[in-house]
Amino acid sequence: MSQTTHSGSMHGGAHDAGMGEDHGSLRGYLTGFVLAAILTVIPFWLVMGHVIASKPLAILLVLALAAVQIVVHMIYFLHLNTKSEHGWNMLAFIFALVLVVIVLGASLWVMYNENANMMPMSPIYQQYHKGG
Amino acid sequence: MDHRSEIWNFLLGNLSLKVLPLHNTLEDRILQVTFAVVAISGLAIFGWVTVKRRWGYLWREWFTTVDHKKLGIMYMILATVMLLRGFTDAIMMRIQQATAFGANMGYLPPTHYDQIFTAHGAIMIFFVAMAYIVGLMNYVMPTQIGARDVAFPFLNNLSFWLTVSGVMLFMTSLFVGSFSRAGWLGYPPVSEYQLGSGVDYYIWGLQLSGLGTLLTGINFVVTILKMRAPGMSLMKMPMFTWTSLCTSGLIVVTFPILTAALFLLSLDRYVGTHFFTNDLGGNVMMYINLIWIWGHPEVYILILPLFGVFSEIVATFSGKRLFGYSSMVYATVSIMILSYLVWLHHFFTMGSGPDVNSFFALTTMMISIPTGVKIFNWLFTMYRGRVRFDVPMLWTMGFLFTFTIGGMTGVMLSVAPADFLLHNSLFLVAHFHNVIIGGVVFGVFAGINYWFPKAFGFQLDPFWGKASFWFWQIGFWVAFGPLYVLGLMGVTRRLSHFEDPSLQIWFVIAAFGAFLILLGILSFLMQLYVSIRHRERYAVGHDPWGGRTLEWSTSSPPPPYNFAFTPVVRERDAWTDMKEHGYVRPRDGFQPIHMPKNSATGVWIGLLGFAFGFGMTWYIWWLAVASFVGIVAVAIGHTFNYHREETIPAEDVKQFEHTGNWKPAGEGASA
Repeated sequence: MSQTTHSGSMHGGAHDAGMGEDHGSLRGYLTGFVLAAILTVIPFWLVMGHVIASKPLAILLVLALAAVQIVVHMIYFLHLNTKSEHGWNMLAFIFALVLVVIVLGASLWVMYNENANMMPMSPIYQQYHKGG
Repeated sequence: MDHRSEIWNFLLGNLSLKVLPLHNTLEDRILQVTFAVVAISGLAIFGWVTVKRRWGYLWREWFTTVDHKKLGIMYMILATVMLLRGFTDAIMMRIQQATAFGANMGYLPPTHYDQIFTAHGAIMIFFVAMAYIVGLMNYVMPTQIGARDVAFPFLNNLSFWLTVSGVMLFMTSLFVGSFSRAGWLGYPPVSEYQLGSGVDYYIWGLQLSGLGTLLTGINFVVTILKMRAPGMSLMKMPMFTWTSLCTSGLIVVTFPILTAALFLLSLDRYVGTHFFTNDLGGNVMMYINLIWIWGHPEVYILILPLFGVFSEIVATFSGKRLFGYSSMVYATVSIMILSYLVWLHHFFTMGSGPDVNSFFALTTMMISIPTGVKIFNWLFTMYRGRVRFDVPMLWTMGFLFTFTIGGMTGVMLSVAPADFLLHNSLFLVAHFHNVIIGGVVFGVFAGINYWFPKAFGFQLDPFWGKASFWFWQIGFWVAFGPLYVLGLMGVTRRLSHFEDPSLQIWFVIAAFGAFLILLGILSFLMQLYVSIRHRERYAVGHDPWGGRTLEWSTSSPPPPYNFAFTPVVRERDAWTDMKEHGYVRPRDGFQPIHMPKNSATGVWIGLLGFAFGFGMTWYIWWLAVASFVGIVAVAIGHTFNYHREETIPAEDVKQFEHTGNWKPAGEGASA
């Protein structure tokens, strides 16, 4: 960073040359668009066409495709790569991902346990309740 | 609702004369007296400002300012005012608990008592502790990294006014309607089925101020990552800046969870969804899970900046560089990450089962390792240093003693089987006051005493400072020692009446401790008064303590632009390094400086935010909709403001650099 950028440090830093993100090309956007469209059509077809008999399996497949969709958006539309902003973008993204995984994963784990242990309407209890 | 016409219902929502404290009950009498005191002192301040014709000055120089230093000072004032409010709640509870035994029901009915403990907790965390740390970070962090302001100066102003709008909602609840009686975290189902305005005040007050805090977090992360002086790599940042970075990072990742949880709660209350009640598959436990995913990191958000304050003070007053800087950084970062993995220890007793409880008990215990590293680093910094026992250092030593004990009782609580006995007992209450008062409050007072001369050019009176310290230090133990004892005997928290008369003596001792703390607070106010009154006598140079970091290299108080030339950093303690190498302050060659211009947008959005919260609380839909539209309109209008910068001419810079407070260290500090 040069001295001149810093004497006007109100807007310093953010516009330093060579650090900004890649703004992408038409080819990149088209690739992303086509991939995104395909990844949208497949789950639509899976659900509307009743292609898979097992409902949980179908839901899992749709979720998996959604995850791939997220990656496509990240790469082609948000231009996430390991180089932009000296790797800070990637670092921030991984950080966010870890936190989301912690929050969602651990919440599921915790809530599953608490439901299993504490919710009064377990089948045995219910039976007993009805019988009584 | 009584029979009033449709038009009044439309205009006033649920508001009516009945919600005002006009009844002939003790509760309302207390509120009437409070209102009279607030109104009279408010009118006095208003009248004084009007007579002195200072409204224009306040508006131009303070309300609309985007200067991080002035915003920092305003945050500190706000927090001090709210400290008085929160402490009034505390002493009311102490008096109630010391007297309400057996046939004596005390002077507070349960509905009033429940509002008081809810308000005390929420205010002390959100509007005292948070406002204090944001104020300190605002003032100090940019000057420590050699920047001229934060990355988004207008956003900083907006954050402040959003916090103020939350404060205003909380304070309005004193006199219009009532406040939440659901505890400081508003657990459902109580918070869902509680009638009246209380929980709604709580929700909207926190939503507004939480948004402000989130924006502050983003602002500070960007500032620290993007605006450091050339040469200041991450591992050369001052410790306080490091802790500010970690705290801001935690704010960014946790406050959205608070917002989401409160939003779901408000949906349950307003439109009848069942996220947190059992109908239709809702689950109360999910709220408790979500609120603590925010709530636990929140306590580390509060304490981390103060760890930074203590690091700066210990190094400065021991005349040595900080012992184990790198380990301090790693300890801070690991606390930041671990703090995100421990939230379940707040509800071990909710029935998660042994595997889940063990995991969270272990992560909780692990946090004591990096914290212990920090304690040892501070001790080793003092070891063989020439320690000066000025007021900031006294607070630091008081912290080391008090916080360490609080940390140890925390480890006791982290043992899940023990927690089944201690959960929701007064032992827990004593523990978290031990770490929050011993850590956050002591740190804030250390920081105020340390940086006050930087902000105003004169020192705070040491006599009243020492009085304040000793009253707080002794008062804390007298007030909370008995609560540890009572907690171990199984007394639960939040009770407004007790049957067993043998417990009374402990509560009387605790009330006496609270009275000592009151003397500590009054001594602090006296310290401010005496120092401001005799400010010439307390005048000091720009570097009164022999500081080690960049904020001490500029004048006290600093010019609006902080640094005429951006400092170049070579070593960790940049200012010490500059002094050792015979740094000479430039007297010539100044350039014009671009600075951001003041903006009134923040004030308007804050006021409209208050109107929105008030409208939502009282179901005055037209007001809520109108003010929400107003907020969006003002925000859009602000984007069309293209004149956001002004230039300070080189001559003005030169003039300031020649007339500013540049006395050498120590001169004039003999008083």
